[in-house]
Amino acid sequence: MNTADYRRTRRKNRRGVLVALIVALSAAFSLMAMPAMADEVNVDEYDNSIIGNVKLNSEPLEGVLLTVSGGGYEVEVATDADGRWKVGVPDGDEFSVTLDESTLPDGIAVIDETGEDDTPNVKEAMIGPSGSTVMNFFIGRGERNVTSFFDQFVERIVNGVNFGLMLGLAAIGISLVYGTTGLSNFAHAEMVTFGAVMALIVSVDLGWPVWIAIPLAVLLSAGFGWTLDAGLWKPLRKKGVGIVQLMIVSIGLSLALRYTFQYFRGGGTEQLPGSDSPDIPLFGSVSLSQTNMISMVVSIVVIVIFAWWLVKTKIGKATRAVSDNPSLAAASGIDVDQVVRVVWILAAAMAGLAGVLWAYFRPGIRWDMGAQILLLVFAAVTLGGLGTAFGALVGSIIVGVLVETSSLFIPSDLKYVGALVVLIVILLFRPQGILGRKERIG
Amino acid sequence: MSSKDSPAAPVEREKTTGLHKGDIVPGVAKVDPIIIADGIRRTFGGLTAVNVDHVEIPRNAITALIGPNGAGKTTLFNLLTGFDKPDAGKWTFDGHSLAGMGAHKVARLGQVRTFQLTKALGLLTVLENMKLGAKDQIGENIFRGMIPSLWRKQEAEIEERAIVLLKKFKLDAKSSDFAASLSGGQRKLLEMARALMSQPTLVMLDEPMAGVNPALTQSLLDHILDLKDEGMTVLFVEHDMHMVRHIADWVIVMAEGQVVAEGPPDQVMKNQAVIDAYLGSHQDVDLGVVTGRIEGELNTAAIDLAEEVKELDANIAKRKETGK
Amino acid sequence: MDILQILSNTGSSLIAPATIGYALAALGLAMHFGFTGLLNMGMAAFMAIGAYGYAISILTFGFPWWGGMLVGIGGSLVFALILGIPTLRLRGDYLAIVTIAAAEVVRLLFLTTTFDKYTGSADGLSGYHASFRSFNPIPDGTYGFGPWEYNANGWWVRIFGIAVLALAAFILWAVMRSPWGRVIKGIREDEDAVRALGKNVFSYKLQSLMLGGVFGAMGGIIYALPASVNPGVYVTSLTFFVYTALLLGGAATIFGPIIGSVIFWGVQTLLSNLLPALVNIGVLPFMTTTQSQTVRFILVGVALMLLVIYRPQGILGNKKELTFVK
Repeated sequence: MNTADYRRTRRKNRRGVLVALIVALSAAFSLMAMPAMADEVNVDEYDNSIIGNVKLNSEPLEGVLLTVSGGGYEVEVATDADGRWKVGVPDGDEFSVTLDESTLPDGIAVIDETGEDDTPNVKEAMIGPSGSTVMNFFIGRGERNVTSFFDQFVERIVNGVNFGLMLGLAAIGISLVYGTTGLSNFAHAEMVTFGAVMALIVSVDLGWPVWIAIPLAVLLSAGFGWTLDAGLWKPLRKKGVGIVQLMIVSIGLSLALRYTFQYFRGGGTEQLPGSDSPDIPLFGSVSLSQTNMISMVVSIVVIVIFAWWLVKTKIGKATRAVSDNPSLAAASGIDVDQVVRVVWILAAAMAGLAGVLWAYFRPGIRWDMGAQILLLVFAAVTLGGLGTAFGALVGSIIVGVLVETSSLFIPSDLKYVGALVVLIVILLFRPQGILGRKERIG
Repeated sequence: MSSKDSPAAPVEREKTTGLHKGDIVPGVAKVDPIIIADGIRRTFGGLTAVNVDHVEIPRNAITALIGPNGAGKTTLFNLLTGFDKPDAGKWTFDGHSLAGMGAHKVARLGQVRTFQLTKALGLLTVLENMKLGAKDQIGENIFRGMIPSLWRKQEAEIEERAIVLLKKFKLDAKSSDFAASLSGGQRKLLEMARALMSQPTLVMLDEPMAGVNPALTQSLLDHILDLKDEGMTVLFVEHDMHMVRHIADWVIVMAEGQVVAEGPPDQVMKNQAVIDAYLGSHQDVDLGVVTGRIEGELNTAAIDLAEEVKELDANIAKRKETGK
Repeated sequence: MDILQILSNTGSSLIAPATIGYALAALGLAMHFGFTGLLNMGMAAFMAIGAYGYAISILTFGFPWWGGMLVGIGGSLVFALILGIPTLRLRGDYLAIVTIAAAEVVRLLFLTTTFDKYTGSADGLSGYHASFRSFNPIPDGTYGFGPWEYNANGWWVRIFGIAVLALAAFILWAVMRSPWGRVIKGIREDEDAVRALGKNVFSYKLQSLMLGGVFGAMGGIIYALPASVNPGVYVTSLTFFVYTALLLGGAATIFGPIIGSVIFWGVQTLLSNLLPALVNIGVLPFMTTTQSQTVRFILVGVALMLLVIYRPQGILGNKKELTFVK
């Protein structure tokens, strides 16, 4: 799914809930003060009536055409300057009200809140004992004949999984580092940005093909991780600096690196080659861009290889042992320093790859792109249980899906809020995360 | 850390006897219990750390809680003091039910504890550490704290009391030093003195001798015995059998989370369940070496064990001789 | 290159409302982090709540300036409760992550278009000065000398800000020398030990969070007092900058946070004036003027790292009294 699509689907539901509220409120108002000015049709002829008020974000829409029909009776009515209309109807229970969407302003449509109705601009009106009924429509910005809620939902989930896998690559690294050294590394965000910036430099500045640029960027990231460990973290460990101090050092490093990126690349957004690849329809209205598909496959392959490494290889097992209990691992002859070095290299490589994928997903490369997802990565890691690599992956996918689907229900500029609130709530009830173990006390 | 090396010969003090009612069995009722615990259970994952059906701690006596590593002594301590929550069970202190009560409320009732790993507040001075221990301080309320005239008088009283205690614990020379600069043993002393600042009725000491320089051991023992003389009740966890035998009026033995035996120290030492419990925890040690039948290298744990076994043997032999 | 102008700007920044705002927030962090050992990474949210609470209650509800400040303070107290009750039982690094997340939630809520009517979303808020200025006792005119020449409103904001800062510093000093402060410092050292002495650790931490939060909210208000409330200010970096100022001065001191903030802003202003000037006269040929504005933020990061590694007690801190929680 490319950006244009992405924005469109977001826009459709952005204000849905709010509009519904406003429409309901204004309906209540219009009942209280009976519209004398309303464009009224056949009101004097019949005792029963259907009334309504067409508004967009509390602004009345004038001249919108509606058709009321039922039991062989059919009449057309247009809204007045206040967006109101009223139609007298003969005896009878049910009438159908159709709003002519072609009379709405451009880019405005009747929105279907339930997701089950294919024609939200047609509604059934029941006349109650009071002889009058209110009929309002949800009006909002969006495409006419919108995609069904179900399709949107599926599309969001697919996107969420993609986003989650990308987060997972970053989260596994943060979690490994935390597990083996106890450091909550805020500079991990900049390791993500580093990968993307390196890919940009190689592919755009040097003009090398993307399929060389990206692996090279990942390699450079790995080297970056090694450098950071050898040049900064290892000496600090040897010095016996406490974990809170280390964390603040990582914050300082994060600031320094982030502004260094800005220093060299400026404040704008730059694109990697292939970021505008065409959409490939999958089923229903769900489609994915080529790069997103490749991105998902790459994430999955890398994660599977990583899992194999962690579970099967000697150094992977040593890593888990160190995560479990560093002093015990050291006592049983594991070279903790070597494990930590490998962990930094791996974490940085995966973060760099995550950066490249994030650059395609956003899309675009910016100096603070890593910092934008750092909290989501922390949320994912905490959700899964600090220090457990597989927990971090599970947490990432949950966070990814949550962020993507939440904008179906809440304004899209609040979509990160949902994930962060979930993080806080999880910590309330299960501080050890979903897969973490409760620490033994005493 | 063994008190065998302690230089001064202990001054024998009268043991408190007649604490129990009826036959001595695990969970026996006491004449005047200060703590009564029922059905306390705590599990970590699948592991049951503590599973105590019934236990009572006698008032105004020194009770030792012993048992091999992993027997659940410290966990029971944490549960009784509100630092951990049991899965099930209820217990009372001085008639107050403590189940579900937070650690600070437990402490306010007069049941204070120390920790296995000493918790001296390193960046507070020794005197500040002591003053922190005092209860019901007016100035500990944020608003009243801002008006010194409200708490100055009380502060002076607390300081006076703190200095008396520091003198007694021979820490008065250090009163303006950061607690972080004290030695391990001095920190233990400070922690105990600080606990006494709250004028408790029950003092719970978690391994008071661990890491204490032998030169300080005797004074620590005397301090503990003094607590009883001053009307307090003491419950302590200890590995050192000498210390237990020397100062405890009553011993409770735990193994695998349960109370397996209790009684006056001399009787408990010869209890088969106790011997089993201790030997059971040392399965990695060749028993032949321990009992002296085989020559071999012993690690420190095994040396401790060998000492204990010898002690138990001697006790049993002594009892047999006296015909009891 | 106008050296006098550069020095004048730098001198002026020493008592700028932004500096005073930082100093107040840093005092709040000294309460949280330096004295209590709480790793609050959400100070930006306290500042945002103060500033927005002040501006919204004046603009939307027509409160007088002091009413707006009370709303800002009240908001920060409520936020401290909401934040503290669930999180103060968590371990240090968890607390850092939760507070930073909560701060981001607050920022996004102020930024969203959903509440545009009240918050101005991305445009922020401005034009709330009338009430505060109407209480200005200083007659119209320009006063001062050298770099410190301001009009009546400029002085009114600064004098008010310094008075608030002095009051906050006094309160912090008064509570920290009391037995209350002793308990707080004890909690920083080992909360279990303090709990074992019968102190309600949770309640003390919450009080500390609230008191420091109020300082932060007042900092946010003073910061926004002369100009506008801009949502771009209350990002996580703000918290990090305030930490840098705090650690510069000394985390467990009363005057450290104030001096740290003054130095922080002095150096920032000096660099932001000096570096472009140097670029313009060709001293730094490898740099553009835009890049020279970025350099000072790189230096903040580097300074933060070096401080924590080599002088964690700050300028005013006692060498023996390292203030980092274990």
